[in-house]
Amino acid sequence: MSIFIDRNTKLVVQGITGRDGSFHTKQMVEYGTDVVAGVTPGKGGQAFEAPAAGGAVRRVPIFNTVEQAVRETGASATVIYVPPAFAADAIMEAAASGVQLVVCITEGVPVLDMTRVYPFVKERGVRLLGPNCPGLITAGESKVGIIPGRICAAGNVGVVSRSGTLTYEVVYLLTRAGIGQTTCVGIGGDPINGTNFIDCLAAFEKDPKTKAVALMGEIGGNDEQEAATFVKEHMKTPVVGFIAGQTAPPGRRMGHAGAIISGSAGTAKEKIEAFEAAGIGVAKRPLDFVELVRRALS
Amino acid sequence: MNLHEFQAKDILRRFGVAIPPGEVATTPAQAEAIAKRFGTAVMVKAQVHAGGRGKAGGVKFCRTPAEAKEKATAILGMKIKGLTVDKVLVGPAADIASEAYVGIIVDRASKKPVFMVSPAGGIDIEEVAAKTPDKIRYHPVDVRYGLQTYEAMQLGFFLYSDVKLARASAKVMQQLYAAFVASGCSLAEINPLVVTPSGEVLALDGKMVIDDNELDRRPEIEALRDESSEAPSEVAARHANLTFIKLDGNVGCVVNGAGLAMATMDLVKYYGGSPANFLDIGGSSNPEKVVSALQIITADANVKAILFNIFGGITRTDDVANGIVTATKDNPLKVPIVIRLTGTNEEIAVKILKDSGFAASSDMDEAVQQAVALARTGGTAA
Repeated sequence: MSIFIDRNTKLVVQGITGRDGSFHTKQMVEYGTDVVAGVTPGKGGQAFEAPAAGGAVRRVPIFNTVEQAVRETGASATVIYVPPAFAADAIMEAAASGVQLVVCITEGVPVLDMTRVYPFVKERGVRLLGPNCPGLITAGESKVGIIPGRICAAGNVGVVSRSGTLTYEVVYLLTRAGIGQTTCVGIGGDPINGTNFIDCLAAFEKDPKTKAVALMGEIGGNDEQEAATFVKEHMKTPVVGFIAGQTAPPGRRMGHAGAIISGSAGTAKEKIEAFEAAGIGVAKRPLDFVELVRRALS
Repeated sequence: MNLHEFQAKDILRRFGVAIPPGEVATTPAQAEAIAKRFGTAVMVKAQVHAGGRGKAGGVKFCRTPAEAKEKATAILGMKIKGLTVDKVLVGPAADIASEAYVGIIVDRASKKPVFMVSPAGGIDIEEVAAKTPDKIRYHPVDVRYGLQTYEAMQLGFFLYSDVKLARASAKVMQQLYAAFVASGCSLAEINPLVVTPSGEVLALDGKMVIDDNELDRRPEIEALRDESSEAPSEVAARHANLTFIKLDGNVGCVVNGAGLAMATMDLVKYYGGSPANFLDIGGSSNPEKVVSALQIITADANVKAILFNIFGGITRTDDVANGIVTATKDNPLKVPIVIRLTGTNEEIAVKILKDSGFAASSDMDEAVQQAVALARTGGTAA
């Protein structure tokens, strides 16, 4: 078991012929992801070739629109690697196409675009992950996005994080210590994103295979505090947490003004205290996850 | 990106907001000439990207052109929160009967632009929120419809009981919202929005922060960037597509990814050291980026040791290694360097570094401890 994706996930790649899209499509196919279609307007009818496991070559058909790709292939998810100026439209196109999951890797999407996109996606009952996120990976089954496959190993720890490379660091430490994962999810660090910590924690709580969760937060906003409340009130699965940015300089004015609304300044100290109050084990540094997660599993 | 007050006011005027005139001076003589032209008492206001200008002595009321010259002499060149003032805005002083605050920010929690308005204007909104939270009203806006008149009127009546003033301020709020959306702001505020003794509603200050992600599609806004008012190291970093924030410590950090960069700074602190900066080389690296990163870091005289922490995913560690070798070939480092890299093309990277006499570690904790120790003792370059 896992959350959001598994070996049955049928994926469309939006921007499959671009520099990042083509590189990561090859990586995903190599990992075993069932990439069923690509989309690049004007290149419909062509095919994208990617080397698959066992020396085979996978021919991925390219379509002009996501709607066409989904209709022809029965895809259940899409991943977006288009430039930031086109990302908002790509997300809406995906959300309107009938897939259940949209993963937007693109970094640099204007936040005002996201204020329009978010309600559009929600009204259609679609799960959006990102933007500006590394995607997700279900160890040994499927990966959608850019998380390096070789740092993961199948096991029973769920991982959720706001950052990319910090996630890799922690997953790598866990794998090296012999602790495998169910699904690792990067929700992205933008102010407005489609999936938050609570969405992931709720899914991990429901997943019978996930026996512990590692959560990596950052300073700013109050998502981590809300996650802590959720853990306290709704979760039996143990959670270990970390907050990056304990030494970061105080945020700019914008951060403070935003904080007036949420009623908090979003400091590391405040978040760590919220974790402790909710019974979340707090890793003081990434390496501490190994011991704390091991203890949570035993 | 922050706009100066005079730039924000120019934009707001185009959207119809009533704002007293003003001109920018870079010398005391210019300030005097502008004051003479207006022929009234003027305000001389420092144009700098920092809050609290008034408290710092950067905003002065002047009765005569001679006084404007004198005050401009004091303000030009002064430092406010570490930034040097090189421009002042000079314009007629307005008579004030009351001051209000009107602002919009993009709120993470509601995922909408949210209006904040308060009849207690003229001071920091943070202060109002802390001391008299009931004097602030919040209102999230559905971007599909914008700020409707009835919504603006609800906010207007929160500020004023007089219908004329409520209506005039509601109009300003709709104009501010239009400017906010059209300019790609993450924050826009008018503080204070004043009522004059004759009942006019005027914006006496304007502040706009532009979402950096909007700048590619808004060249007219990007053109307003004033590099002379930014820290030189941060300007150099932006030109090299790096995210850089200078700090006060002595361990210079080069990391890929913001989360890992912060975690690296935290780990430096954990082992008793102090980070000199936040520096994120971003996702897809190339050797030139690393060269620029090293130039920026070594320009800081406080840096006693350099720490690279690279977890290769999209970032190829061999690119980073090539960057380090290129950057140090002509300009050998004067401080020790500790390199931690793992991930994509790690073996190639280690060989490139070894051939040029650099050691590399694959363990983050080990590397950080080593860098902290070297910064303390000032060891020799590896």
